[in-house]
Amino acid sequence: MSNVQPATGIHDMGGTDGWGRAPVPVPNEPVFEDRWQARAFALALLSMRLSGTNLDAFRHAMDRLDRADYLDDGYYGRWLHGAENLLYDSSIIAPGAVEARATNLSGGRVEEPPAPEPNKPDYAPTAAGSIRSVEAPQKYKVGDRVRAKTVEPAGHTRLPRYVMGHEGTVVIVEPAQLLPDTHAHFQGENAQWVYTVRFDSHELFGADAERFDLNIDLYEDYLEEAA
Amino acid sequence: MTRVPIALRTEALEQLLVERGLVDPKVMDGFIKMYETDVGPLNGAKVVAKAWTDPEYKARLLENGTAAVAELGFRGPQGEHIVVVENTPDVHNVVVCTLCSCYPWPLLGLPPAWYKDPAYRARVVKEPRTVLAEMGLQLADDVQIQVWDSSSEVRYFVLPERPAGTEGFTEEQLAPLVTRDTMAGVARVMA
Repeated sequence: MSNVQPATGIHDMGGTDGWGRAPVPVPNEPVFEDRWQARAFALALLSMRLSGTNLDAFRHAMDRLDRADYLDDGYYGRWLHGAENLLYDSSIIAPGAVEARATNLSGGRVEEPPAPEPNKPDYAPTAAGSIRSVEAPQKYKVGDRVRAKTVEPAGHTRLPRYVMGHEGTVVIVEPAQLLPDTHAHFQGENAQWVYTVRFDSHELFGADAERFDLNIDLYEDYLEEAA
Repeated sequence: MTRVPIALRTEALEQLLVERGLVDPKVMDGFIKMYETDVGPLNGAKVVAKAWTDPEYKARLLENGTAAVAELGFRGPQGEHIVVVENTPDVHNVVVCTLCSCYPWPLLGLPPAWYKDPAYRARVVKEPRTVLAEMGLQLADDVQIQVWDSSSEVRYFVLPERPAGTEGFTEEQLAPLVTRDTMAGVARVMA
């Protein structure tokens, strides 16, 4: 199986405009506002296991959603659609099966596609979680100036567009972690150092931007030495 | 084609998986109950109250957040590596995940609505002072803002400022003052 597809990009919203005001926090809001959200949450957690995939593949399954599936039903809506993508990728359920069952649940009578033959990735992580020990020395140290690469990823990445091409300073060397860009596609862990890089807001958004520092975790592959 | 309503869609998927024995509804109930009742911001509040009353604990928390919160029994999914950032009169920290909604589940539970809102995700990395003001937190012009975008498996947790007037308070008296939003950096703890 292959799940290497470009993201739609809808998820990569850092620094984008047009979303309106930030919501005022509601104290003591319920964990799940509606019952379906709780069911979708649990189904998504189980779908990673059922599909033989992983958390990074799940994130990419959401990164591939179109605007409506990503936004219209909120956070747990995208979790449900993401979970479905994992289950389609691994042929646990057939395309159209959910729509057909939904029709039948609401009094319709349509034929449902048969359950397909599962086709899970032939891939397993080397350990639980995402933190790994690596032999390679750290390429950068605290205080180093680095630049986030500018790339057009073929599949999953955790390098957001708003930092691409910009220069910042390493402020923390984080534990080495497996690389989501390959792990999400079952192409290996590529464990590597992760650096928290601090960017000046004027470097990211120009001289008229508010003054603040933006700190973000960037995998070693995402970085190059600043000129 | 009309869109299947999401609640119906969820029910259809659950039914398809349950009837083939692939998913046990009781296991689903267990996950849901854990995050509705056991794992939530009360955990983080205990960490903060302890840090405010025990300087050695606070030092350990800032040095190695993961180990320090584990001392209180807090660990689990989305808590593999915790970094604690401290708010002071001069520096204000605020946490976001622009790419999805990564959040320190073992300390704060599942993320609240505002944290998952596109307006917050998109804008707090571009105009945090404006966004915080819209959310009800006015910061003085000379307070330096540090925004933390959770793009790896590191999870950031804000140690808020202890409010004036709580000098003699015990951990047990302090913990209830520490609300969810103060530990992500969009509100102040009020005495």
